Amino acid sequence: MKFGVVRFPGSNCDFDTLHVLGKVMKRPTVALWHKDHDLQGVDCVVLPGGFSYGDYLRSGAIARFSPLMQEVKAFARNGGRVLGICNGFQILLELGLLPGAMLRNKDLKFLCEHVHIRVEDDRTDFTRASKKGRVLRIPIAHFDGNYYAPARVLKDIERRRQVVFRYCDAEGRTTEEANVNGSMAGIAGLRNREGNVLGMMPHPERASEAVLGSEDGRAVFESIILSLERKGHDR
Amino acid sequence: MIDKSVLDQHNLTPDEYDLIVRLIGKEPNLTELGIFSVMWSEHCGYKSSRVHLRKLPTEGPRVVQGPGENAGVLDIGGGQVVVFKIESHNHPSFIEPYQGAATGVGGILRDIFTMGARPIAVLDSLRFGPPDDPKNRSVMEGVVSGISGYGNAFGVPTVGGEVYFDPCYNLNPLVNVFCLGLADKDKVFYAKAEGAGNKVLYVGAKTGRDGIHGATMASAEFGKETEHKRPNVQVGDPFKEKLLLEACLEVMDRGLIVGIQDMGAAGLTCSTTEMAAKGGMGVVVDLDKVPQREAGMTPYEILLSESQERMLLVAAPEKVAAVQEVFAKWDLDAPVIGEVVEGGRARIHFRGEVVVDIPVDAVVNLCPAYNRPSVAPAPPPPAPALDALPLPEDLGQAFLEVLASPTIADKEWVFRQYDHMVQVNTALLPGADAALLRIKGSKRALAVTLDCNALYTRLDPRTGARIAVAEACRNLACVGARPIGVTNCLNFGNPEKPEVMGQFEQAVIGLAEACRTFGIPVTGGNVSFYNDTEGLSIHPTPVLGIVGLLDDIRKAVSPGFKAAGDAVVLVGESAEEVGGSEYLRVVHGLEAGAPPAIDLEQEKRNQEFVIEAVDAGLVRSAHDLSEGGLAVALAESAFHGAGRVGCEVDLDLPLRDDVLLFGESQSRVLLTCRRAKLARLLELAAARGVPAQAVGRVGGDAISVKRSGREVLRVPVEKAFRAWKDSLPGFFKVRS
Repeated sequence: MKFGVVRFPGSNCDFDTLHVLGKVMKRPTVALWHKDHDLQGVDCVVLPGGFSYGDYLRSGAIARFSPLMQEVKAFARNGGRVLGICNGFQILLELGLLPGAMLRNKDLKFLCEHVHIRVEDDRTDFTRASKKGRVLRIPIAHFDGNYYAPARVLKDIERRRQVVFRYCDAEGRTTEEANVNGSMAGIAGLRNREGNVLGMMPHPERASEAVLGSEDGRAVFESIILSLERKGHDR
Repeated sequence: MIDKSVLDQHNLTPDEYDLIVRLIGKEPNLTELGIFSVMWSEHCGYKSSRVHLRKLPTEGPRVVQGPGENAGVLDIGGGQVVVFKIESHNHPSFIEPYQGAATGVGGILRDIFTMGARPIAVLDSLRFGPPDDPKNRSVMEGVVSGISGYGNAFGVPTVGGEVYFDPCYNLNPLVNVFCLGLADKDKVFYAKAEGAGNKVLYVGAKTGRDGIHGATMASAEFGKETEHKRPNVQVGDPFKEKLLLEACLEVMDRGLIVGIQDMGAAGLTCSTTEMAAKGGMGVVVDLDKVPQREAGMTPYEILLSESQERMLLVAAPEKVAAVQEVFAKWDLDAPVIGEVVEGGRARIHFRGEVVVDIPVDAVVNLCPAYNRPSVAPAPPPPAPALDALPLPEDLGQAFLEVLASPTIADKEWVFRQYDHMVQVNTALLPGADAALLRIKGSKRALAVTLDCNALYTRLDPRTGARIAVAEACRNLACVGARPIGVTNCLNFGNPEKPEVMGQFEQAVIGLAEACRTFGIPVTGGNVSFYNDTEGLSIHPTPVLGIVGLLDDIRKAVSPGFKAAGDAVVLVGESAEEVGGSEYLRVVHGLEAGAPPAIDLEQEKRNQEFVIEAVDAGLVRSAHDLSEGGLAVALAESAFHGAGRVGCEVDLDLPLRDDVLLFGESQSRVLLTCRRAKLARLLELAAARGVPAQAVGRVGGDAISVKRSGREVLRVPVEKAFRAWKDSLPGFFKVRS
């Protein structure tokens, strides 16, 4: 299988994600330029973290207009796997591929630290290499990660079990203190109804090598690889 | 036209004016005078410091580029170099904390990528007045947000640094930003304009009226009217800087340009004249081609603007189209604004007229150097004799007070606002003795630290400066790295005051001595004088940024205790020293006494031993003893350890209890090791002539210190942890 990492002006985790997918997970990985119209036959599109277009407007609000995003949208509608990390998650929300929006963190500060997230569902293409209830230690780094959705939408999300990761403490308890950015229902990762698109605020690429202190993030990439290599190249 | 008042506005003396007239063979017009005023400012011209800086060692086998370029360059082997430098942005950060600090980050980043290196880490040395004053908190919040806002968006990790508090920074905070870059050795670029006929291209943001005379502002004392200088502070745009980085690295990587210089202090003036002077050439520039943000700007304003995120490139005519194509890809313009010419003159046109015509050598290289009068710094106010200093009744309470002192307390409130992990190289999180960055595709790692205890330098500038170097190197040794080079940011008061000049002279001597002992070259840095507001000078604050190298990152150690049962070893001698200590300041309210003595040779032996022991796999944790002495070092090792396990130590030392706990004798390191390896560790120390003694074990839920069997301190780890952890956030909660 082949990964593609979209490079927007202002992306800054693109190199990291390329490094981990290519050098650590050892899968063919290409950088996709936001002005192109060609997804180069990739099996999974990753929207990396960063500050696309400076995020001077709402985070991700301008990146959704990049030419390549029309292709990504069509790719997702056809069942292609799309992973949005941090700014990538924000862009997926702006694109309408995922419901809801991001507000500023509850204490109005940028937050960079290791957090714990609990796997809520291990049957998704992004978690099947993990186990329901497992606690992953993965860093966050964002200003706008306070997930918000209107009550009706939130109810719908929960009913359809779209919440893939929730902030928790080291023992897996979803406490208010563990929900560092104030997200509704402690949502750290969210999939679409069909299950082929995931947005998550924590950075799995920052927790994929022992030298960096955690390898828990590999579970996300291993799951994608498992899903796609087992099923072959169908979309 | 040019009278005394015009000269005063430009911070030039009548003598300097006469020299300018002699050098350029005519009376300068106002624009030309403006150029000299910024290029000959203290900030750009190092007028008062140059004669002293010559004492610093600048050579060594790894040095590829020493002082004089945008940044220093050291060979780290494997075909790679590190490019690094530290710069101050003190004055702008007081006037407008957020933008002042943000553009400080932006400026140092450009210094690094101008040389072809990708910035891989930022560290900051920050000094504020005490946080119980709301004004100081507001400056601190602004500065931290500014660093965070710029660095995070740009995508460089801010991996460490230091934050100190002292009333001397109430009206004059210090913001010193260090940046480290990594490049291939054969891809380093210099700020040189070579080859007559080559084109000069302007890239990046448009030129506006912001920041005019920023360099001159940084070269004068502040008074009450500084608020009016707010328009002098520039506004940063990290997004544009990120685009510039990618576009510049791409044209450099493809060999499309011959020279490059960023427009920092003194903007277009500095970059054009410096590049021409370094290449031994002249330059012709047409200001009408310079992209401008607003209409009606004069040549004076265009030339002296310090608008951010701008660069100047020199490229062969046949490569210009290819350069412009790369910049277009990143949505940036790259107009040709001039040409490199023979003759050594800068000739600048505006609306068809020549508005500047001066020799570049005079502007760049002939700024006068002053050996300003100095007087020896007054000896420190004596510390009271120990007999006269009351021993606190409750040493546990004193311990908690020292831990909660803002200078010692946990700084997570600050560094969690910085993205310290982007680029996936950060192997040790902020709070460790040194930042540690892996080098991708290699076993090696880079360690970096910033250090200066300015209370020591105030009490004794020479000893304080020696300690600053020694402690920074000790920080590196504590992760297992060997120091390879230094950059420094020398923050001092008004150099026209003989006592300030005396402090500067002594501090530079101390730095030079220590750098020679450790065999580390100074590859550049920055001098920030005039840190005086309303007549009050800051403590002399020579901040050291030291880079170290570690051969095998798997051997690196961190400060936190690893497991109960491990042996605790104290390396180094503890003396009856209490002068200049945090304990004396916090518990007794005294900033007095001589700072601890330092024997540089012994210090070096101790550090070599620690590095060797780490390399031999004998050590499980290492932490240096600094502010707060042994008690604080034990506590921090417990706080950083998994599970926050305590420790029990028993020392047989002829010291008073408070000195034993809080004395800051130098050259000391706290190590832990598996019990099975203790004998080998102590043997190695003895063989290397290093005093080291097993003092106890990791374990229990308290920090317990005994002297010859009698307990002098016992505090539960959790209680100590809360005092340390909650102190800084507590100040910021008061308001909300």
